[in-house]
Amino acid sequence: MLETIGAPSLEALFACVPEKHRLGRELDLPRAASEQELLAELEGLASQNMNSSSHAWFLGAGTYPHFIPSAVDAIASRSEFYTSYTPYQPEITQGTLQVIFEWQTLIAGLTGLPVSNASLYDGASAAAEATLMALRLTRRSRVVVSAGLHPHYRAVISTYLAGLGTEIAELPRGSDGRTANPDNFITDDTACVLIQQPNFFGCLEELSTAAQTTRARGALLIAVVNEALSLALLRSPGESGADIVCGEAQSFGVPMGFGGPHLGFLVTRDTYLRQLPGRIVGQTEDAQGRRGFVLTLSTREQHIRRERATSNICTNQGLCLLLATVYLSLFGRVGLRKLAEINLAKAEYAKARVRATPGLSLPYSAPTFNEFVVGVPRPAVECIAKAEQAGIAAGLDLKPFTPELGNALLVCTTELTRRSDIDRLVDVLAGGRA
Amino acid sequence: MSPRQTPARNASRGLAYEEPLLFERSRPGSIGYSLPELDVPAVNAAQVLGGEQLRHDVPELPEVSEVEVIRHFTRLSTWNASVDLGLYPLGSCTMKYNPKVNERAARIPGFAQVHPLQPAVFAQGILTLMARLERQLCEISGMNRVSLQPAAGAQGELAGIMMIRAYFEQRGERRNTVLIPDSAHGTNPASAALNGFFVASLPTGDDGVLHPETVERVMSPDVAALMLTNPNTLGIFEEHMARIAEIVHAQGGLVYGDGANLNALLGIARPGDFGIDVMHFNLHKTFSTPHGGGGPGSGPVGVKNILAPYLPVPVVRERAASEGGGCVLDYDFPHSIGRLHGNLGNAGMFVRAYTYLRSLGPDGLRRCAEMAVLSANYLKERLRGAYTLPYDRPVMHECVLSDKALADSGVTALDVAKRLIDYGYHPPTIYFPLIVNGALMIEPTESESLDGLDCFVDAMLAIAREARENPELVRGAPHHTRLSRLDETRAARRPVLRWQAPVS
Repeated sequence: MLETIGAPSLEALFACVPEKHRLGRELDLPRAASEQELLAELEGLASQNMNSSSHAWFLGAGTYPHFIPSAVDAIASRSEFYTSYTPYQPEITQGTLQVIFEWQTLIAGLTGLPVSNASLYDGASAAAEATLMALRLTRRSRVVVSAGLHPHYRAVISTYLAGLGTEIAELPRGSDGRTANPDNFITDDTACVLIQQPNFFGCLEELSTAAQTTRARGALLIAVVNEALSLALLRSPGESGADIVCGEAQSFGVPMGFGGPHLGFLVTRDTYLRQLPGRIVGQTEDAQGRRGFVLTLSTREQHIRRERATSNICTNQGLCLLLATVYLSLFGRVGLRKLAEINLAKAEYAKARVRATPGLSLPYSAPTFNEFVVGVPRPAVECIAKAEQAGIAAGLDLKPFTPELGNALLVCTTELTRRSDIDRLVDVLAGGRA
Repeated sequence: MSPRQTPARNASRGLAYEEPLLFERSRPGSIGYSLPELDVPAVNAAQVLGGEQLRHDVPELPEVSEVEVIRHFTRLSTWNASVDLGLYPLGSCTMKYNPKVNERAARIPGFAQVHPLQPAVFAQGILTLMARLERQLCEISGMNRVSLQPAAGAQGELAGIMMIRAYFEQRGERRNTVLIPDSAHGTNPASAALNGFFVASLPTGDDGVLHPETVERVMSPDVAALMLTNPNTLGIFEEHMARIAEIVHAQGGLVYGDGANLNALLGIARPGDFGIDVMHFNLHKTFSTPHGGGGPGSGPVGVKNILAPYLPVPVVRERAASEGGGCVLDYDFPHSIGRLHGNLGNAGMFVRAYTYLRSLGPDGLRRCAEMAVLSANYLKERLRGAYTLPYDRPVMHECVLSDKALADSGVTALDVAKRLIDYGYHPPTIYFPLIVNGALMIEPTESESLDGLDCFVDAMLAIAREARENPELVRGAPHHTRLSRLDETRAARRPVLRWQAPVS
C-alpha cells in the first residue's frame, strides 16, 4: 500500500503534520486489556452501582423503571439497525426510515397532534427546542415556565436561552400541587407557556384551562410529558389544546442507563411544520410508484441552511426510537392502557398505605398517575440511606429542589413494584422494621 | 385484493421480503404482551382521576403478536446497509467497526439499570468510569478538562460556543462574531448563530487549507472565536494551524476545534498542543459507539484551563483520599453555562467508549490513526485519474474526489453514489464539503482490509468506465435494490409524515 502511495513509511504519511505539532511520545493511557480482563474490570465497576435488578425501585423523577420485554432488545441488537447511520441514501436504509415513520405515527397518535420529527436528544433539550420554536413562531421574547416543570428541564431551557436575551417567568405552584392558571402571568410579549403533565410532583394539571387562557392571549401552550406511559391513560395534550407537545419517551422500552441515551420527542400542529427542528421522515414513491420513505423538509436544517437553520441539531435518537417503536408494537392499544392502569393502581395502593400510616403524609391533594410526594418524619436523605440497606431505592429527596416542602420524597410505582415492596417501603419510611 | 397481504404473498424474491407498515399488520385481538397479575386492588381510573382527565379516544397503536413484531422489524432490518454488512465509507462520519464487547458492557445491569438521580454514593462505579473516561480524553486531546454531558457533537459545539460567550461576558468584552471556514460542517455556523453570534465565512485557499493572511484580514476585537476542523473536511491537515491560532489569540480571541475528524490524530498530534482552546469529541465516530441509524451520539466537550470555570454542571469530581475519596457531582461552578442535558449525558455511550479505549490502549489507538490514514491515501492514489482530485495532496483520514472527470458523460456524483449501491457499497458522503462541486468524500476508516479496499476500488473504476461507455446505466441506478430512486421532491412538496387509517 505504501508503494502505491509512494510513501517510504507509515511515519511519512504524517509529514503533512508539522513536526512541532507532533506528540512525539506514546499517549499516557492504560495498556490494552484483553476482552476477558476488561469485562471483569467492568463488572467490578458495575457492582458498585445500585440498580433496579438489585433493589426494589421507587425512584422516578423523569427516568422511570419499567419492564422491558425480551423482544425489544432482540431487535435493538440487530446490527443492521445499530451499525447503520442517518439514512442519507434512502434506497439502502428503508429499514431505518420506515421505523422512524412508524415512530412518528405512534407518538403523534399518543400526543394527539399530527406532526412529529424523528426525535431529539432527550426530554430536556426537546423542551428547550420547543421553546425556541415558539419564540420563532410568535416573534415574542418572553416565556412562562410552570413551577411544576422538572427542574433539570427548566435549567436546560435557561442554558439554551442565555444568549438570546429572553425573559423567563415562573408560573407558581398552588397548595394542591398544581400550577396556577397562567392568565395573570401572560403578557403581550409572552411567546409560550410550558406546563408539565403530570407535573414534576406527579400531580395532574388542568391543561384544557391553561390552553384556553394561553390561546386567548396569542401565546402557545407547550405541554411537557416525561412519563410517556401516562399518555395511554390521560386525555391527550393535543386534545386538551396544546400547540406543541414535547418530552421524554424513555418509559417505552429504553433502559434507565444512568440517564441516557433516552428519547426526546417534539410534536406539533401542521401549520408549524416548517419551524420544527431536527430530522423528519416523509412518505414518497420510487420511479415505479412503490411506497418508500425519505428524509424530508431538509431546507430547515443545518447542513443546508447553516447559520439560518431552525436548529443546529444533526443526529436523532434512532436506536432509542427503535426500542420505543418495538415496545409500543408489543403492547399495542389494549396492552398499553392496561399497563397504565396497573401503574395507577399500584400508586393508589401506595398512597392509601401512606395515608393510613402515622408519621407519613401526602402533602398534595391533586390527582396523580404513578408518582407522588410523600412527607416523611425525618430528613429524606436519611430515609434513602436506611431504605438502601433494606434493598430499596426509596425515591428522590426533594430538599434540593423544593426546600419549602420540608422532609419529602418523590416516589414512583410502576408495574415492577410489588405490593410487598410497597409495604416494606412504608415501614422503612415510617421508621419501623425493614 | 384485500388490503391484507400475507407474508407468503409478500415474499418477493428469494429471501428478500416485502413488508407493510406495522399498522397494516394490526388485527384486533392480537396480543404481543404479557402483564403481571395485579397484586393490589384494581381502581376505577375515572373515579380516581376525574372524567375530565381521562383519555376517551384510542391512540393509533397496532395490535400484533410477538412473532409478528419480530418478523416485522427483522424484515425491515434487512433493508438497511450497515457497517456489519460491509464498507460504509461515509466521509466525516467515521463508520468504523463497533466491537461487540462494547454492547455487552453497556448491557451489564449495573450500568443499564442505574438511575441518574440515585445518590452518588450508590453510583460510584459509573462515576468512576466517567472520571476515567474524562481523563483519557484529556490525554488524547491535550485539553485540561472534559465534560461528558453534551448528547451529540452538535450539542458539544453549542456548549463550546456558550463557554466562549460566558468567558467574554465575564471579562466584560462584547464580541459578536465567529469566524468559520467555508469548508466547515453546517453545524458550526448553526451552533454559533443559536448563541446569537454573527457568522463570518472564511475562504479556503487553493491548496485546500486556511491561510494566516485570510484570518489576519478579518480578525478584530469583535471576533470571539474561530471555529476550525483539523484535519479539515477535505481530509487535509491545517498546516498553518499554529500561526492562525497565534493571530486569533493575539487579539484576545479563542479557537474552537471541531473534533469530528480526530480519528486521524490519535496518538499522533493533539488539538490542545496546536492552539485549540475548546473542542468537542464525537464518541460515535472516533470511539466506536454505534451510529444507531442516526443516533444517539455523544459529544463530550474539552477545554483548556481558562475555560474550565464555564463547564456545564454538574461536574464529576474525584475526591482526594483526605476528603473521603470516591467521586461526587459538583455543582459549585458559579460561572458555569449551566445544564445542557436532563441528566449527565449519554452514559450508555460512555461505557462503550471506555470499553473501546481499554481494549485498544495507546498502541492500538495510534494504530487506528495510522491505518485510517494509510487506507485513505491508498484509495486516493488508486482512484486518481478515473476521478478528479480537486486538491491533489497527501490526505489524512479521508479523501475528497469530484465528478468533474465524468462531466462529458453527464454522470454526476449522485449517480456514482447510486451505482455504488448496485455493487454492494454504501456510498460516500456526496456534495460535501460545499466548496467542491460534485464532491465524493470517502472515509474508509481503519476497519477495512487491503482486499476490501481493492474491491471498492474495482467498483469505483468500473463505474467510471460505465459512465463513459453506458452512462444511462449509471444514471438510472440503483438497479438491484428493492426500491429504485425515491422522489424526494414529492415528499417535501406534499408532506406525508405519518400513517393514517384509510377512510372506509
